[in-house]
Amino acid sequence: MSEWWTYAPRDLLMFSPDTYYRLFALHNADLWPMQILALGAGLAIFGLLLRPTPWAGRAIALLLAAAWAFVAWAYFSDRYATINLAAPIFAWAFAAQSLLLLVYGAGLGRLRIASPRHVTQLIGIALFAFALLLQPVIGPLTGHVWAGVELFGIAPDPTVAATLGVLLAAVRMPWLLLPIPLLWCAVTGATLWTMGSPEAPLMPVLGGLVLVLGLYRSFARAES
Amino acid sequence: MPLNRREVLGSLAGASAAALMPRLGRAQSAPLTRPIPSSGEAMPIVGLGSWITFNVGDDPVARNDRTEIMKAFFDDGGRLIDSSPMYGSAQAVIGYGLEKLGHPKPLFSADKVWISDGDEGPDQIEASRAHWGVDRFDLLQVHNLVAWEEHLDTLFAMKQAGKLRYVGITTSHGRRHDEVETIMRQHDLDFVQLTYNVADRAAEDRLLPLAQEKGIAVIANRPFRRKELIYRFEGEKLPAWADEIEARSWAQFLLKFIISHPAITCAIPATTRVDHVRENLASARAPLPDAKMRERMVAYIKSV
Repeated sequence: MSEWWTYAPRDLLMFSPDTYYRLFALHNADLWPMQILALGAGLAIFGLLLRPTPWAGRAIALLLAAAWAFVAWAYFSDRYATINLAAPIFAWAFAAQSLLLLVYGAGLGRLRIASPRHVTQLIGIALFAFALLLQPVIGPLTGHVWAGVELFGIAPDPTVAATLGVLLAAVRMPWLLLPIPLLWCAVTGATLWTMGSPEAPLMPVLGGLVLVLGLYRSFARAES
Repeated sequence: MPLNRREVLGSLAGASAAALMPRLGRAQSAPLTRPIPSSGEAMPIVGLGSWITFNVGDDPVARNDRTEIMKAFFDDGGRLIDSSPMYGSAQAVIGYGLEKLGHPKPLFSADKVWISDGDEGPDQIEASRAHWGVDRFDLLQVHNLVAWEEHLDTLFAMKQAGKLRYVGITTSHGRRHDEVETIMRQHDLDFVQLTYNVADRAAEDRLLPLAQEKGIAVIANRPFRRKELIYRFEGEKLPAWADEIEARSWAQFLLKFIISHPAITCAIPATTRVDHVRENLASARAPLPDAKMRERMVAYIKSV
């Protein structure tokens, strides 16, 4: 698009809020009962965060990789692409994050999970629980239909928020796994803001929080 | 003093009385028309845009809702529907509606080519045509002047070959008016599409007079600035003198201002509601504001 810098974000939004939120209802209906599997995967990750085993990091990375890959394919490529020309870019980004989780997290074992020794790790676990159990009800509480509930492993926002929680809960922040989730926080925040959605600040705030706490813990560790 | 139906029709250069009479006689409520200067073909002065509103993806409920919009549009005498490959699924949703409605004869299909590589224009146009399910487009426009030189070559060749009836270019948000003016002067365009409404009147300075001088039809986009103008005035009472032009709502007030400019051939408001599409088409009926009333409308809008 020529002179794209002269367009306001609102000018670039190519669908209505109604269409955007109905997309999740259609997505859920088409995928049922995948939601049960996704919830099971989420609960398994939660269990591993609470009671870590030596292989917990690799297993969590594997489950998160599957969630990101599924969202890339089922949501972005198959669903969101029907109303947003930029969706294929998001699909590639989510696929790339899936690959990073697979290789860097599961393969190389750089996502290390152990019993929390720092308060920021506890916050990470709490953030994961929030993304899995509470974030999905924000939509219905702000006036959207229950059928359009956004779930971990099914919809992008709770998948990204849950991943941020895991990264913060890790023994050391795996920085390589952070950029794509943070970029998505900015993208979804801007999208919801242009639609006038009250939940627009949530993901940017969560992303900023994880970045700040991750940096804080790294500096604290470096000083000690 | 508003213009009445007779005065409006009297000003419609290029359309024969014989061509107009059946339309007038058919229904008192039929929308006013203006001739496309290059052919004299009568065009109802309110059309239907599809940006955002028709981009509903595969949603079957929303697709049927948009079909109802199109049905109401054709029932009330509308013709021109405008879309673009930039509008996501809008073309496919229009095609779905057209098929369900049995491809209404009055349709005037207006689409665009929007791709930076001129060589890929024909493929994109063919994909758009397949989405609409039409034999050929009535009008194709180079969207936002993207690769306009290459695409205009393609479009003029299509017109020459009888695969297209009219050729145009588009801009919006008041952008690149100098370039638009140059293209209008140098090429035999049938249409130009630009942003024109009571708050965005830059086109009045050069482009609208040039369109009249060169005999180029003008499509006015963003008539409500994507509802912004409606939202801005909602809660404000219409001035009492709006009755003189039979504007019953702010939407009608704003639309009547646009379509009363003699250079405007058609305004293309978009909507997701059947009552709104009917309200929009009802704006395309006499009386329309005359020059003095238009000045009054501008002054009033500035004062609110």
